[in-house]
Amino acid sequence: MYRYDEFDHQFVQERTAQFRDQANRRLSGALTEDEFRPLRLMNGLYLQLHAYMLRVAIPYGTLSSKQMRQLAYIADKWDRGYGHFTTRQNIQYNWIKLEDTADILAALAEVEMHAIQTSGNCIRNVTTDHWAGAAADEIADPRPVGELLRQWSSLHPEFSYLPRKFKIAVTGAPNDRAAVKVHDIGLRLHKNDAGAIGWEVMVGGGQGRTPMIAVTVRDFLPEKELVAYIEAIMRVYNLYGRRDNKYKARIKILVHEIGAEKFKAEVEAEYARRPEQTTHVEERELQRIADYFAPPAFEKLSRFSPTFEEAKLLHPGFARWARNNLAAHRVDGYTIVNISLKPEGGIPGDATSDQMRLMADLAERYSHDELRVSHPQNIILPHVKKDDALAIWQALVPAELATSNYGLAGDIIACPGMDYCSLATARSIPISQAISRKFADLDVQEKIGPVKINISGCINACGHHHVGHIGILGLDKKGEEFYQITLGGSSTESASIGSILGPGFAGHEVADAIEKILTTYVNLRQPGEEFLYAYRRLGPQPFKEALYAAA
Amino acid sequence: MPLLKNNAFVPESWLHLGAEDPLPEGVNVTIPFSRLKNEWESLANFPGQLGTVLSNTNHAEDVAHFLPHLALVILPFPAFVDGRAYSIARQIRLLGYRGELRATGNILPDQFQYMAQVGFNSFEVSERFPLEIWQQASKQMSLAYQRGLYRRVGEAEVWSERHEETAPEPTPWEEQPHAG
Repeated sequence: MYRYDEFDHQFVQERTAQFRDQANRRLSGALTEDEFRPLRLMNGLYLQLHAYMLRVAIPYGTLSSKQMRQLAYIADKWDRGYGHFTTRQNIQYNWIKLEDTADILAALAEVEMHAIQTSGNCIRNVTTDHWAGAAADEIADPRPVGELLRQWSSLHPEFSYLPRKFKIAVTGAPNDRAAVKVHDIGLRLHKNDAGAIGWEVMVGGGQGRTPMIAVTVRDFLPEKELVAYIEAIMRVYNLYGRRDNKYKARIKILVHEIGAEKFKAEVEAEYARRPEQTTHVEERELQRIADYFAPPAFEKLSRFSPTFEEAKLLHPGFARWARNNLAAHRVDGYTIVNISLKPEGGIPGDATSDQMRLMADLAERYSHDELRVSHPQNIILPHVKKDDALAIWQALVPAELATSNYGLAGDIIACPGMDYCSLATARSIPISQAISRKFADLDVQEKIGPVKINISGCINACGHHHVGHIGILGLDKKGEEFYQITLGGSSTESASIGSILGPGFAGHEVADAIEKILTTYVNLRQPGEEFLYAYRRLGPQPFKEALYAAA
Repeated sequence: MPLLKNNAFVPESWLHLGAEDPLPEGVNVTIPFSRLKNEWESLANFPGQLGTVLSNTNHAEDVAHFLPHLALVILPFPAFVDGRAYSIARQIRLLGYRGELRATGNILPDQFQYMAQVGFNSFEVSERFPLEIWQQASKQMSLAYQRGLYRRVGEAEVWSERHEETAPEPTPWEEQPHAG
């Protein structure tokens, strides 16, 4: 894991002091709310329906047990004993007081964390594959690039007042778990026939009101050029991105309006104008960072673990959890543990401080002191010996953290919706809870197989409904909440935007509608065909008939 | 409106002309960029220093041709959240302009250091804030990760400090430290 050096420590401390001063000036009235808003947002502080919300950055989703314990401490001391893990691998606290915020930032700084640029019209927390460094299919760990970009983008003087927010995601694996094609910039690692690595640079993906899949502007950018090239993209966006309408201000609209070819030409022209061709500092910095991400000292183990196999025979509940929640590790004898934060009837992504501490303890004992926050709002122990999996499961069960639904119908992504968010037009959480209860039977979930159900409480699409295999969008129709269903979305390497199936549903009808869709799929699928692929083969018609024919 | 340069309020030494104002003799004048372009033939022999006022929709490459002949470039921030002028300033400095680059408009202390880092070195500021506020604002952060920007004395460039074996080679930019 990356560790701060003296510079990083000083940087975060000065930033905290700066924010303390800004908050004090706001409290004294020296700053107007209009002047303070962008400043607090760039420190992760939102004003929500009931209170301030503080969003804390978890760079590329990686945490140590010490950091996780500090998050628990903050939840207890300044919030209501829980936190909400988000789709951008961050954590949000929903009940924060403005006057406490600087103290919270100071508590974060103690464990090398901050809330810099988790909001505002600037470059946000860089996200990556949550299995980085552990996944069997990975070409190289993307986190060094994530950390390089975290530093480069932190308080970037030129790019702190962009037309709109800006999100960068990085994947080092061919199976994209970081949704890079629906980010403002997506980076994907490739290896060529000669064994060299280079980055595919994609620009202009996004969700919100106008969902778009990113276009590729460079197929194979040398790693040492990443910072300079991204800087050229940012400058073109900062200069020409629309500022007249905040709904048309994201880079995807610029790319769309001037066209991918023209956009690319602008970026290349800007890149060619760069003055300084030297990249030795960036190269050395990337190498310095990469050393921190050297793989932990794995033991030499057999791929086959008799202990693990025996435990599955003895404990059917463990066998099910192992089947659904463990993933292939790159090292023999190890596995990736995916802890579901989606218990039946729960709030997706929420964890209590006790649960955080338990997960921290398990990480310290069994996973080389590392945890990850995943884009689908779960927690991951990335480096676990198969021999230890049973002990972990046994510890998770009483804490209600052992739900065996990873990647299944109950593993729902949902935004906070109208229960918290001032932008929302409908509630998301109760819909998620109703679907989760409808599919409480894990036998049913396993029979259905992998499916991504994503719920957003408004058109801003924080719940990623556009790229859910099944997407649910909550809207307001004359004071009543109603929900549109889209099918066929995906955020992976074969990304697609879902299509609206037909008229919307009232809140209490949604779970039944989802059940009908999934029953239709089960009846029509070919052996082994997952929901998304069945939908792509079948098209919307059978699902429309199932939902609307009787009406 | 006070004019801030090198961390002090200084008197204005430029006359700012509109599109139609007659050109006086023997004073330094700024004119709008459109006029500069249109009247360039006759302006080439102007017996004083020339400056121009850009808008944040002007393209740096259009200005490039004139930069060697200018001693002041004024770039406005119509609103402090409109960040275009940061990039234009950066481009103008990258084009080699070494003269005075002045920020006007909605200039607030909390963005002051960013403006200096991209190359602004004079600031037309509001009377709302006393000089001490600006002086503090100029040094809120003592270090930054980005390379190739303007630094005040004592402001560290983290990556260079980590990896340059000696102190960073003075770049042409550092010959003229920015305000602060």
